[in-house]
Amino acid sequence: MSNHVAHVHHPALQHQFETLEQQQESATLGMWLFLVTEIMFFGGLFMAYLLYRIWYPQAWAEGSLELDIVLGGVNTAVLIGSSLTMALAVRAAQTGAPRATVAWLLITIALGLTFLVIKGFEYAHKFEMHHVPGPGFQFEGPHARQVEIFLSLYFAMTGLHALHMVIGVGLLSVIAWMAHKRRFSPEWYAPVEMSGLYWHFVDIVWIFLFPLLYLVDRAHHFA
Amino acid sequence: MSAHVSPRSTYFAIFAALMVLTAITIGVAFVNLGPFNFPVALSIAITKATLVILFFMHVKYSSRLTKLILGTGFFFLTVLFVLTLSDYLSRGWMTAPPAAVQTAPEAGR
Repeated sequence: MSNHVAHVHHPALQHQFETLEQQQESATLGMWLFLVTEIMFFGGLFMAYLLYRIWYPQAWAEGSLELDIVLGGVNTAVLIGSSLTMALAVRAAQTGAPRATVAWLLITIALGLTFLVIKGFEYAHKFEMHHVPGPGFQFEGPHARQVEIFLSLYFAMTGLHALHMVIGVGLLSVIAWMAHKRRFSPEWYAPVEMSGLYWHFVDIVWIFLFPLLYLVDRAHHFA
Repeated sequence: MSAHVSPRSTYFAIFAALMVLTAITIGVAFVNLGPFNFPVALSIAITKATLVILFFMHVKYSSRLTKLILGTGFFFLTVLFVLTLSDYLSRGWMTAPPAAVQTAPEAGR
């Protein structure tokens, strides 16, 4: 049975794949296909944002002034920082450093939770101000109804993004546990890489949400 | 696996670039550029997203098939925006001639 000696399987290699490279390539492709559906998923909301912005530019300017640029800016830095630590976690897995992988993943999770806490304070403030769309909505100004549409899109888009963050934190917790159990090696670390792709995607959504919601119509008040 | 391993310095450089671009987009938000505020903010966001996709998400070192899938996604996103806006923004172009609009109430009397 000398044949068996020459044909040692890596424990992570699934039977339908010839090699780990092929398995990794399939995983990457499948993850990107999923992310493309996510792009279209968020795309519909961005489309709604764009159309209402064209229809109600004044309301968009008034609405965006209600958002806290400091908290939004801090959250942007937190999320970009978490993308850096995520990239370093994947790199640590690639280079066979499980302790560093776990450490970078835990820092990434901590930054993700920081983002969610800050977002929670922003939402709480909106509830105090009665700026939450619905029967209790109150807004001083000539375009209150249109501002309500802006804030509806604000809650829909940031809420969906926050939901993705919560899922991401759960995902990274599992991956960190697996890394702690030494499940990954330089030969096989696809789950770390795939959850990294997801995390970076969520970061990219925020990279667009921050300027579009918080910044873009602010300047017209400083003319 | 024989995947590309980027040096740490690359990741720190990309992080620094993203933070600088964030500072620029916040700064520009307080300057009134008239109709150009939106294109400038969007261009900076697209630049940041491209940096994340190419370097943090390793697309620069990915297979051409992966790049094609990603390109397809952005192509259909563009289709979504262009077709929807070409409908909504052109609806006012085909109003009835002024004479017809003015006579319409009289016809109803």
